Amino acid sequence: MMKQKIRIAAGQGFWGDLPDAPVRQVEGGPIDYLMLDYLAEVTMSIMQKQRSRDPSAGYAKDFVPLMKQILPACVERDIRVTANAGGVNVPGCAAAVKEVARELGLSGKLKIGIVTGDDIMPRLDELLARGVEMRNMDNGATLDTVRDQIQSANVYLGAAPLVEALNGGARIVITGRATDTGLTLAPLIHEFGWASDDWNRLAAGTIAGHIIECGAQCSGGNCQYEWRSIPNLANVGFPLVEAAPDGSFVITKHERTGGWVIIPSVKEQLVYEMGDPRDYITPDCVADFTTVQLEYEGRDRVRVFGIEGRPATDTFKVSISYSAGYKAVGTLVYSWPDAFDKAQAADRILRGRLDRLGLQFDEILTEFVGANATHGPLAGNPAPDLPEVQLRVGVRGQNRADVERFTKEIAPLVLTGPPGVTGFAGGRPKVEEIVAYWPALIPKHEIEPKVELIEV
Amino acid sequence: MPSFQLTLMKIQLVKLAHARSGDKGDTANVGLIAFKDEIYPLLVREVTAARVKEHFKGICKGDVERFELPNLGALNFLLHHSLGGGGTLSLMTDAQGKTFSTALLRMMIDVSDEEAQSFELIS
Repeated sequence: MMKQKIRIAAGQGFWGDLPDAPVRQVEGGPIDYLMLDYLAEVTMSIMQKQRSRDPSAGYAKDFVPLMKQILPACVERDIRVTANAGGVNVPGCAAAVKEVARELGLSGKLKIGIVTGDDIMPRLDELLARGVEMRNMDNGATLDTVRDQIQSANVYLGAAPLVEALNGGARIVITGRATDTGLTLAPLIHEFGWASDDWNRLAAGTIAGHIIECGAQCSGGNCQYEWRSIPNLANVGFPLVEAAPDGSFVITKHERTGGWVIIPSVKEQLVYEMGDPRDYITPDCVADFTTVQLEYEGRDRVRVFGIEGRPATDTFKVSISYSAGYKAVGTLVYSWPDAFDKAQAADRILRGRLDRLGLQFDEILTEFVGANATHGPLAGNPAPDLPEVQLRVGVRGQNRADVERFTKEIAPLVLTGPPGVTGFAGGRPKVEEIVAYWPALIPKHEIEPKVELIEV
Repeated sequence: MPSFQLTLMKIQLVKLAHARSGDKGDTANVGLIAFKDEIYPLLVREVTAARVKEHFKGICKGDVERFELPNLGALNFLLHHSLGGGGTLSLMTDAQGKTFSTALLRMMIDVSDEEAQSFELIS
């Protein structure tokens, strides 16, 4: 018999979110699914680098000890996990989880579903040769302009392959580059049997995923509305979706947790990273945010309903990462009196020295933290008696040696520039390789997601 | 009897709305949400794409687009070419545009006395 209510818990808003949050989601009250989003745009290229050094690496390593901690409870209480923890090495991640499950004595008690087919790096030249252009969605540039610098290329897969894995009985579904929203939508399709052209419900599940995909950012974290009144953020409750078969759902959190789920906190997350609200495009559907209705259903319970959607497009989004030079950022702190003037003088001196050295940069950016780093000219003129200002200078260029040279020019300002300066104890700034992001589209028929079930 | 004369006063958006911002590449998005449904039409009237572009002069180097979400009492703005190249290319402290939300809330808008009173902005 179909369940009338499914509870999906969000455990990570990004790779590096509160480590205990997923455990607290499992222990804090009844849930049916735990959803874990690990992949930001730059994460894939970091994982690609890790894998090139070690063929067994290239996935979210934290996921494995986390599974060790919660798997017994998941098996005992029938909780399933959807996670895009596989990065660029989904089989490697699954093998590590399988090993952990065996150590826990769970052999024969669960299946791991893995979703692959998102990695098109090995197929890039073949695709380009056949005229699949993958132009940059932001500026229209053709991919051949960065072909030699490409480090990773992955398609954002939707909910469908995850649903297949769940239908096959997977307790844990591990994907590579799957959409954040698909991790939430897939359990709903699996449980409620929503049709692949039931656009309104698919849009509802997608928006549910959007609301919880940034973890506590919908339940009190980073909430501007009445921020002083938000209770006990130290023990902030991560969000839960309580979904019904008709596509309506309630955003809530476990009892006895901090933070809050109120209409303003849900609204703030709804508009987060939004483009055209009528056209929220995922592989699964096009969701229309102008149809979302919100109402209170109790304390820390916001009901979301009325959502409408439209047919999915015939393309997948591709996330391509490529090397785009080097950068470094140096900082020093100037104190009262004349803190701002001194920081400005130091910037002029530094730039004079960089000029004389003949260093080539694509960009040099100076910010004065404490005066204008966040709001720029909107902050107005800084007060004349600012207690301190941090000078922050960043450079970006194609030549590593030039960026390296820049990093040696910061600390010397302490003995060769304006007085009242400190904050250089961290040593020279680090040179970072820039891995930039290239968004593109690819026809869906070019991509074949693969689903595999592994018995533990 | 007080005389009912239409006078305008300046009110800062921070008293009327809250906001959240984020990034998509070199574009910052700012969602502006009215504190009360009754305030939303005022935001629609005053916080136009052109005014937002002017407000972010020197910061937003591209176009500003505006989208309406009457169901949430919210407006969504896209500020193109605002994040120093965006993502990992940007050298900015706020490469992801997280503080564009509060930067927008600095804007002063025109409100009539009557509106100000009905929103309990003045006693």
